[in-house]
Amino acid sequence: MPRRPRRWRRGMWIAFLLAPGLAVMTLFVAAPLLSSFRYAFFTFKGVLPDAFIGLANFQDVLFEAPFAAQTWRALWHNCVVFASLMLAQNGLAYLIAFALLKTLPGHRIHQTIVFLPVVLSAVIVGFLWKLFLHPLFGLVNAALALAGIHGPPWLGNESTALGSIIFTNAWHWVGFPALIFLAGMQRISKETLEAARIDGATDRVLMTSIIWPLVAPSTTIVATLTFIGSFNWFELPYVMAGAIGSPGGATDVLGLLFYRTAFGTASSGLQDFGHGSALAVLMFLFIATTSGIGLHFLRRREIEA
Amino acid sequence: MIGKHFGRRALAALMMAGSLGAAAQAGEVTFWTWRQEDKAVYQDLFAEFTKANPGITVKFEAFPNENYNTIVTTALAGGKGGDVLHARAYGGLEAMAKSGYYLPLDKSNVPELANLPDDANASESLRADGKVYAVSLAGQTLGLIVNKDIFATAGVAVPGTWAELLSACTALKAKGITPIANGTATPWMDAIFATVFTNPFLGPDWVKDMLAGKTTFSDAKFTGALAKLLELKPCLPDGFTGVDYATSQQLFSAGRAAIFVGGSFEIAPFKRGNPKLNLDFVPPPAPAAGQPTYVSRFFDSGFAVNAKSPNQADAIKLVRWMATKSFAEPAAAKLGNISSLKDVAAADPLLGKIAKLNETAMPYIGLVYFRYEAPTGTDLLQDGVQKMMGGTEQPEGVAKAITAGLAKWYKPFQK
Repeated sequence: MPRRPRRWRRGMWIAFLLAPGLAVMTLFVAAPLLSSFRYAFFTFKGVLPDAFIGLANFQDVLFEAPFAAQTWRALWHNCVVFASLMLAQNGLAYLIAFALLKTLPGHRIHQTIVFLPVVLSAVIVGFLWKLFLHPLFGLVNAALALAGIHGPPWLGNESTALGSIIFTNAWHWVGFPALIFLAGMQRISKETLEAARIDGATDRVLMTSIIWPLVAPSTTIVATLTFIGSFNWFELPYVMAGAIGSPGGATDVLGLLFYRTAFGTASSGLQDFGHGSALAVLMFLFIATTSGIGLHFLRRREIEA
Repeated sequence: MIGKHFGRRALAALMMAGSLGAAAQAGEVTFWTWRQEDKAVYQDLFAEFTKANPGITVKFEAFPNENYNTIVTTALAGGKGGDVLHARAYGGLEAMAKSGYYLPLDKSNVPELANLPDDANASESLRADGKVYAVSLAGQTLGLIVNKDIFATAGVAVPGTWAELLSACTALKAKGITPIANGTATPWMDAIFATVFTNPFLGPDWVKDMLAGKTTFSDAKFTGALAKLLELKPCLPDGFTGVDYATSQQLFSAGRAAIFVGGSFEIAPFKRGNPKLNLDFVPPPAPAAGQPTYVSRFFDSGFAVNAKSPNQADAIKLVRWMATKSFAEPAAAKLGNISSLKDVAAADPLLGKIAKLNETAMPYIGLVYFRYEAPTGTDLLQDGVQKMMGGTEQPEGVAKAITAGLAKWYKPFQK
């Protein structure tokens, strides 16, 4: 038997090593994605695809009442979530990172404290804050009562519910962008920062004119991840406001809308994979294209800086 | 070497997976349900069935409630699944039965269907063909669960009319007791809350007119009934818009609230949670003295036969038995519910009282007639009531949204 060429054996070996990962990715990522693409074009009879209906499901979720109103409301809430997290959560993260960069006494323990909630699961954090914000037994209103303030039912008021969940998200997640910004800041050469200091730059000038452009790669990562996270937002609103986005849809986001359209809710067992898949496909396309375009511009900004 | 071992393990894994999917043995009927918590009760009952039908054993298999529909429908789509399946009712049944997975039942294969009242059989029928697909297990009744001791200690009478309810609220609040435990943060509770209190204001004739297309939810009667709910705001817990289902249950079982608006299915958990609770179940207040009042009712599950079961003859025997008193009476006693069968005596006096109230019950309208397509009647009702109680929507707006939402698929409203 002739000896097989070395390269062939090497190729086989690589294929053998790649196969399990590839199989898992195909089975659990690519296949469901492709099947939801297919399902989006069908009506459903129970859980089985029934008739091919072209783009009618997309038409329904985007333009037909009552689906469309829910879709656009949910998308708007996702936009609010993204904007608030970018400003409040990531803005705070930037300030925290700058404070940590100064290596003041105790900065190591603070770094750990800031990062600690990130390791908790979103479900735990959601339940925890749902309890803290409870109108009768909650810590927050009990604390406010000490100051003589009658706190509102945070998660029950349409005007405060979404904000409360965004706040919880920021509490949970602020350590992550802080760490990324800090890593970016630590990569800036000491000479640059010292030179700026000698020229009389204040902290404000350092933060806005010197460090900000130099951490552009970190900003790219943080902005992209926040964008994807905000538009795929699900665990926190699901735990804190339920599948319907209580109260009265004030906390409804695309993730919840997709989930209850496809799988039904506790009160209605109606499953609708057709419209659900259409929503999933739209979400995927929206997130993929927008983050693609965003990434392109953010990258360009990195080079300019 | 690695490849060889891997191959063997993969083969072993495949064989194991194969054996899991293997068909049940002859004489064994598998029963699928989402009621893991009732396992012991069902196994006792099935042992009785085996005594009466030697040679047929029943295997109990439970799945998580949230995933039950998906698991069953996936299994059925692949030609597998239990022989007898615990089925949902109304729209929940329709979602699973219209794909042809369940065997149609009639007098020829299950003569015992005659033991069930028509509205129970209707709850397990499809609108398209009118055929019955499952033997209804139990009905649930919605009304007021009352803590008798709180009323007695406070010296307040359990209210029988709307005016009495409002004055009872004031009296209880003055003594530091929350009159009604319900909050509005959990949407499905809002639909129940609204149904319980609005039904006496609507009356059975209004339901007939509405179903006949003579009127809609936007009429003055329904809008007026919704507006009545706003008068209950002072009776609810402080910050009720943020009080969810679990909190409402805690308030009531801890004896901090006098009334819990809910279903008969709440009674058993309340008694288990606090055996000292001295409970009563009463209908909601009548609009005025001398006027009738009604509890609300729906049927909630049943037993279906898998249309592709290899063991169909035995499966039908089991379902036929489940439609007789031999099953229904002990099941109702042990599960603490109210059997769908006619003339089944209730072991518990409170459940007996509810069974009596059921004789004049009105339907849980949003569920019984409007939970077939999206948007469902209960979804629209709960969404609107939650907003209305939160102060961001008016009764007229809620009523209009319900009619307009249902008109998407409910023909009589499409004008």
